[in-house]
Amino acid sequence: MISRPRSYVGLLVVPALSILLALLVASVIIIASSLIGPEKKINLLLPLVAYRSLLAGSFGNFKGIANTIVAATPLMLTGLAVGVGLKAGLFNIGATGQVLMGGFAASLTGVLLTGASPWIAIPAALLVGMLAGALAGFIPGFLKAFTGAHEVVTTIMLNALVQLLVSGLVNDVFRAPGFSFARTAPVGNAELTGVAGTNLHFGVIFALVCIPISYWLLWRTTVGFEIRAVGANPTAALYAGMKPRRTMMLTMSICGAFAGLAGAIEVLRLGYYPAVFGTSIGFDGITVALLGQSHPFGIMLSALLLGAMRAGAPLMQIQARVPVEIIDVIQGIILIFLAAEIVVRKIFRLRTPQEGTGELQTITRTYGEKVVG
Amino acid sequence: MSVAQSPPPRLQMRGITKRYPGVVANNHIDLDVKAGEIHALLGENGAGKTTLMNVLFGLARPDEGEILLDGQPVQIADPADAIARGIGMVHQHFMLIPVLTVAENILLGAETMANPIFLDRREARRRITELGKRFGFEIDPDARVGSLSVGWQQRVEILKALYRQARILVLDEPTAVLTPQETVEIFAVLRRLAAEGQSIIFISHKLYEVLEIADRITVIRRGEVVGTRQPSQTNEDELAELMVGREVQLAVERGTSHPAEPVLTIENLKVRSDRGQEAVRDVSFSVRAGEILGIAGVAGNGQDELIEAITGLRRSAGGTVSLTGQDITSWSVRERREHGLGYVPGDRQKYGLVLGFPISDNLVLTQYYNRPFARGIQREDAAIEKWARDRIEQFDIRTPSWAASAGNLSGGNQQKVIVAREFSRDLKALVLDQPTRGLDVGSIEFIHKQAIRKRDDGTGILLVSAELDEILELSDRIAVMYRGEIVALVDGRPTANKEEIGLLMATGGRAPAEQPPNGGTSGQTETATDMPVKGAKS
Repeated sequence: MISRPRSYVGLLVVPALSILLALLVASVIIIASSLIGPEKKINLLLPLVAYRSLLAGSFGNFKGIANTIVAATPLMLTGLAVGVGLKAGLFNIGATGQVLMGGFAASLTGVLLTGASPWIAIPAALLVGMLAGALAGFIPGFLKAFTGAHEVVTTIMLNALVQLLVSGLVNDVFRAPGFSFARTAPVGNAELTGVAGTNLHFGVIFALVCIPISYWLLWRTTVGFEIRAVGANPTAALYAGMKPRRTMMLTMSICGAFAGLAGAIEVLRLGYYPAVFGTSIGFDGITVALLGQSHPFGIMLSALLLGAMRAGAPLMQIQARVPVEIIDVIQGIILIFLAAEIVVRKIFRLRTPQEGTGELQTITRTYGEKVVG
Repeated sequence: MSVAQSPPPRLQMRGITKRYPGVVANNHIDLDVKAGEIHALLGENGAGKTTLMNVLFGLARPDEGEILLDGQPVQIADPADAIARGIGMVHQHFMLIPVLTVAENILLGAETMANPIFLDRREARRRITELGKRFGFEIDPDARVGSLSVGWQQRVEILKALYRQARILVLDEPTAVLTPQETVEIFAVLRRLAAEGQSIIFISHKLYEVLEIADRITVIRRGEVVGTRQPSQTNEDELAELMVGREVQLAVERGTSHPAEPVLTIENLKVRSDRGQEAVRDVSFSVRAGEILGIAGVAGNGQDELIEAITGLRRSAGGTVSLTGQDITSWSVRERREHGLGYVPGDRQKYGLVLGFPISDNLVLTQYYNRPFARGIQREDAAIEKWARDRIEQFDIRTPSWAASAGNLSGGNQQKVIVAREFSRDLKALVLDQPTRGLDVGSIEFIHKQAIRKRDDGTGILLVSAELDEILELSDRIAVMYRGEIVALVDGRPTANKEEIGLLMATGGRAPAEQPPNGGTSGQTETATDMPVKGAKS
């Protein structure tokens, strides 16, 4: 039996339905939460109120839209950091560590270039951040290629390592004097400040450019062809004369560079590197990548969606008195439905595609397998 | 057979129709099998043989039609029901647990209990021994299945069915994993079973086999019965035509070869297996331009390692591989390819194709980085598409579009994609590993013709196949590989002798090896039993 290649509509069905189901499930939780609200009784309309204020907060006015874009910017990049890896059959859980590396390196660059003009300081800090992230990505790629150590394990360990190393350095070597808490000196002219009275900053452009670049890389270049071939069938790639080990290291470095850029943008926006740089953008990248089906434009859309929820959440908390944490709940439920794609297909009686390994299969498939090449 | 006052056949399938979305897998199929009959079911892959047997075994419910056992209509609910009614299935891939004994494997799922808690092992052993005696292949119930040869493992599968009191035995391509000698032996077993009154359904797409073993042959094509024949009244050509629906050239015109200088030379090659054992031991030979050198051998005798060392997928542990006089032993896969080495891998889905990729991408899988398919690192989609269209037409790949996923093609068309990719280059030497495994007659014919044409263009071809007939049909010279060594190198047809080569494959030309684990009451010699059971990986 012969079917057409999977269309874009086909790609969008499961993510869209997962979002819908997640909103429905979250409604139940929101209704339940009304019991602990000020009125202490079930309010069946609360989910509608909450979702309406969420929408108003994220897309209601120009400022809201700007906040949505700013919140989506790092998510796009960490989404790419996970999504491009999945294309090569690699599950990069190390975006968090790569983000911290990128952010820390960018902050030091900013400190170093304090006197320089923003036109030099910002690109330089972003570039150094990317390189630092790429290094953090290269390490698990190298370990996988030459020792077979699974990237899920090594990246998780690296996350902890980077976190403690960097905060140790900030607490000690790079601690700036005169502040009540441990942090680095200001990044000076490298700081990404808002323009036109909003939070929009120049980093947004860098992130947006990465989307078409990764699309071009994956589908229009021979390098991307190798990445996808290694991801879809490493033994066939080897047979065809490709070098899967090299491709794995390269892909992990590219992923790290995206995450590093995300971290650099976030830190430069803040203006300094705090000893404990708490951010969830690394792990959120997994949701973004899976929701976007590892397609760069899908990643852009899902980053905007998640960014909108983050941007709209404060207004929702004020207007509907639903805690902002519900966003994490919704995001988690989306991830569950995406992971349980088969459940979504059952609920909506969709036919299961015959061929092709989805991104989730890549995650489980390579575990414990010998690396070829 | 006494068919004076004929009793109803043991099995009748009447008007069986099974539809799947978009296809009619079985269209009003009639099949009857008498007691003591060996009935062959012949058809290409996808003809509907498996669906019919799934209906019989309760794995699929027919949309129309009925099944009668001894003249009584029955409804078969599931495999357990089928077994209870005396239907036994021996799958191509054995369902055995290697670490358990013969008796334990047979008991699994049909436990003979002494009391509600404990097995009655003694009674089970007694019954197994008795069954073996009755059907002429006595076996030690305490032998570990993993230590048995493939041929004996198959007999354990048959015993499993007989232990469950099967009266109708279905064997799905039983000879696919056997050597010619083992095939002869299993045929003897089947004849004995039939003589004892068993009904046997023998599924195959090998023509000479069904002619040899069957009492009657039913040919299925595209879900319909196209004819039932008796072996004495038909021949291979007629069966092939029935099967394919057109006249088929079974033996391609090999013509005469004009071998020239050696192109691929192997000298004292040693290769280790994944487990570190010496899989290829000091092998030397050379393939000349314009000839086909066939390597015959039972799967798992070092052929895979040999090919991997030649193509660069595996490092050799000693010796050299040279291509047109240049030592390529340490070259990468890509360097070898660029120097004119082609390779059609044995496992087409694992090595040959990226199933999720479109056909066009698979057709450039090895050349994607070259002009005109790429300019710098940028892919040239138009050139790739044009190339794909041309290949699809030239190699008769049946697909609605060059953009369809390779995974959606039939096995034969998948292999054509690989052949199109590898054959569409100027090659010095070409390695063909099991080029027609699992393919239907039509595709086999096509691929054999292409191979001959490539040979006549002056390419040196190394053919590795577990099918001795394929080796005999195509090869100008034949090397026999046994336990990592080339034990014989002989000329191809007409001088090659099938029996002789078969014996070399099984024993390496040495004195008959050890006896079967029970001491061999069957009187047949058995090949060494520690041979890695690698058989079918497709």
